[in-house]
Amino acid sequence: MEQTAHLDGLPGRVIHDEMVPARAPWLHRVKAGETLRVVDVEGNQAVDFLLYATADDAERFSAQDTIAAQANIFLRTGSTLLSNEGRPMMTIVATSVDYHDMIGGACSCESNSLRYGHHTKSQHACVDNFLEANLRDGRGKRDIVSNVNFFMNVPVEADGTLGIVDGISAPGLTVDLRAEMDVTVVVSNCPQINNPCNGFNPTPVRMIVAA
Amino acid sequence: MSALADPTAAREHARAMAGTVVEAMPILPPRADDLPAGVTGEDLLWEETIAAGGYASRALPRGSRLRLIDLRGDACASLLVFNAAMPTERLNIADTVKVQWDAYPAAGSLLLSDMGRVLVSFEQDDAATHDAFCGASNAASNSVHYGDGSNSGSHPNARDRLLLGAAKHGLSRRDVHPCINLFKGVRIGADGSVIPNLGPFAPGRSLILRAEMDVILVIANCPHVVDPRPWSVTPLRATAWRGPITAESDPIRTATPERLRAFLNTEDLYR
Repeated sequence: MEQTAHLDGLPGRVIHDEMVPARAPWLHRVKAGETLRVVDVEGNQAVDFLLYATADDAERFSAQDTIAAQANIFLRTGSTLLSNEGRPMMTIVATSVDYHDMIGGACSCESNSLRYGHHTKSQHACVDNFLEANLRDGRGKRDIVSNVNFFMNVPVEADGTLGIVDGISAPGLTVDLRAEMDVTVVVSNCPQINNPCNGFNPTPVRMIVAA
Repeated sequence: MSALADPTAAREHARAMAGTVVEAMPILPPRADDLPAGVTGEDLLWEETIAAGGYASRALPRGSRLRLIDLRGDACASLLVFNAAMPTERLNIADTVKVQWDAYPAAGSLLLSDMGRVLVSFEQDDAATHDAFCGASNAASNSVHYGDGSNSGSHPNARDRLLLGAAKHGLSRRDVHPCINLFKGVRIGADGSVIPNLGPFAPGRSLILRAEMDVILVIANCPHVVDPRPWSVTPLRATAWRGPITAESDPIRTATPERLRAFLNTEDLYR
């Protein structure tokens, strides 16, 4: 694996560098001005992503505010992730993937029972990861809202049909986010094995923070 | 000097207001002369016209119906839904569109909770212009658009209206979750663009929601967040009545395997 290649173009000095195992949660605080790079190490690995304002975590990422403000459901270079109170939380300063998802939400044991059947009840799911990370940080179920899915592809057809389809990412592709305020990043490295969001094979992702 | 210098005069003044009728107000006890066939006045639970820029919140029992009427064609009902018995369970808008493989809620659609259950179904819908993507306006967006977005000003924003409605059921900032906007529509272009369809529409379009669980509904009636016009919103009428719990053979319940399993999960809660 080309470990150093993942660092190309990062502004400033690397202050944190961590490999998140397949299927695992991750929580990290990023200060205003720092840049978080998410690396899709092996390709087409959905990274479910939530943000909380570190100073006041009732303020959090809002997919709907972000969609309304940019009049588009996809995140691309230049997109600003807005909070539920309309404030910029992070800006996508670069990404080597065409677009990322904001409408597909996170998989859960419960929604898996609807989408695939009750036989999936004991499988890993993103909402459990979000809960695990948030519970240790003083938040709970009502703090889980619509999330970003980096490296996930959810097109909407002309008739309204939407779905998670084959990814448009590839090994080593990245997204760089500059923090516009002090944020707490909560991630589920998606464990889903019933749809193409992880190519039916969850893999590690790399999280690099530069300041 | 006011003529209301003593409490007796103040009481007379206050009581003289009784019987005042305005367009946007609740009717108690509820009364409606346009109920569907088979529904009687005895079944009524709620009759209220929600002001332009106003809000309402209400607990409704499983099986009840809520009819919303866009009286003058320019209402925008931003809706939150909670499980009344356990409000940490609430509308999950991402699951709602993803599970049903459908971006555009319409007749037969379900609003799903984050626990894989159906909170509400769209029993009838002659509007079919709704929006699961753009969410509520907030103080910041209204400030940009109208110069002010405060609850106490002339251009209140939907988020702060929802917050007041939720607070009256003991809920707070963490509970104002992503909403659905009823009566104002959007379509999504192939490039992901949001294409609004905000009217104004013909007066009188209506929607009948069926509560599939005991729910708390919070409704804000403020201009849609991407509405480019000067402040434009008109009153919204809400009428609710008791009704039967959804039968096993119900066509909405059985329409798709995903919807059926959402009902199975809900029925399991009430077993």
